[in-house]
Amino acid sequence: MVDFGGWEMPINYGSQIDEHHQVRSAAGMFDVSHMTVVDIRGPETRAFLSNLLANDIARLQTPGRAFYSCMLKETGGVMDDLIAYFMDEEWFRLVVNATTRDKGLAWLERHGADFSIAVTEHHELAIIAVQGPAAREKVHAVMPGGSGGLLEGLKPFSCVEIDDIFVARTGYTGEDGYEILIAGLQAESFWNRLLEQGVKPCGLGARDTLRLEAGMNLYGQDMTEDVTPLESGLGWTVAMQDDRDFIGRSALERQKADGVPARLVGLVLEGRGVLRPGQKVITEAGEGVTTSGSFSPTLQKAIAFARVPAAAGERCAVDIRGKNLPARVVKLPFVRMGKACEGIL
Amino acid sequence: MSEIPSELRYRESHEWVRDAGNGVAVVGISDPAQAALGDMVFVELPEPGMSYSQGEACAVVESVKAASDVYAPVSCEVIEANSALEDNPELVNTDPYGEGWLFKVQLADPAEIDGLLNSDAYAAQQDD
Repeated sequence: MVDFGGWEMPINYGSQIDEHHQVRSAAGMFDVSHMTVVDIRGPETRAFLSNLLANDIARLQTPGRAFYSCMLKETGGVMDDLIAYFMDEEWFRLVVNATTRDKGLAWLERHGADFSIAVTEHHELAIIAVQGPAAREKVHAVMPGGSGGLLEGLKPFSCVEIDDIFVARTGYTGEDGYEILIAGLQAESFWNRLLEQGVKPCGLGARDTLRLEAGMNLYGQDMTEDVTPLESGLGWTVAMQDDRDFIGRSALERQKADGVPARLVGLVLEGRGVLRPGQKVITEAGEGVTTSGSFSPTLQKAIAFARVPAAAGERCAVDIRGKNLPARVVKLPFVRMGKACEGIL
Repeated sequence: MSEIPSELRYRESHEWVRDAGNGVAVVGISDPAQAALGDMVFVELPEPGMSYSQGEACAVVESVKAASDVYAPVSCEVIEANSALEDNPELVNTDPYGEGWLFKVQLADPAEIDGLLNSDAYAAQQDD
């Protein structure tokens, strides 16, 4: 058990590597109730989120649709990352990080003060993520009153509420599956029904190696208040095509004009060893640093994210205990739907 | 329940030593240590011929969670490293006192082994 943002959570239930493979090959589940669920309601919800988020809330036009976005500081640094779900015109749901809960809520309150909206945190909700190629059928089988059929047509990055159970086809593993928000009092029996279906509990450790293989950033590690999304592999989540005013926009425009100095890339270690966060990366264009790293159970190689100078090429070396070991810069993600992506191996 | 064989000696930092006679000993990490570290994915072993003082870092075991130093439990010269761990680091998890041994040494001072913990003392340390 480890402390994670004030929550006591297991790194693994048994073998972390077995839990990882379970998700890639069948279905695993994670208790991610530590994540913070916040509802924004009111007539100016859209206007508020349009100003708050780096991604453009206007992209969400159909109730039940969702997207990933960063909240930025005025400096362009990343305040937090989140998924926003469009429930109805006066109700959007945000799921934000646990480690940033206090500052995130304070930020929402502060910037929400100018808008006719209300911010409500939902402590009473537990979150169970069920992920893997067999995850959806397992969840369908345990939905109350045979309501699982209603989930058959749910598209990726979409959500639906069935009998107070909120089901979103999202995740943090690179596999198909759901993230399920359910009243804490019902969560244990729901979890136990999934157990009976053969869904295996997985801990924070497998969650980390799965998201790393899937090329998904971890807030506080791969991006922080000190770097912009453009330096964090998240340019695709920033909508600057039109003249929408959002917090951090002018800083990003300045950075673009001056040239973004660094980029976040994937690294594959050529030989034996393990990549870890905080290792020095040596490139022809200067030094960089790994932000996340581990051993990839799917690829059987060490992989990492690294922030390197923008001009860095494909070849680099990583300083591991004083030895410069050769590594290759690759396009993310490393793994999708259980398989190595092209050019990774 | 962890296994802590009585015929071995232990260092507080979780290495075990098996006295093989003639001034030769085998070194590995204990069952409680491998359990705490979790799935092993890489082991960096010392080259034969390297000499270490007691307590000096001489190897690294890396689990999927973290990298941990292994300290020389006795002053020694390394005579063999367990090459099987190169392709199968998980042997440290599955058989920590057998096929998962790390390296074999020539003892600089065989009396140092007597100064290490016996299995009862090491087991008591785990209960703290």
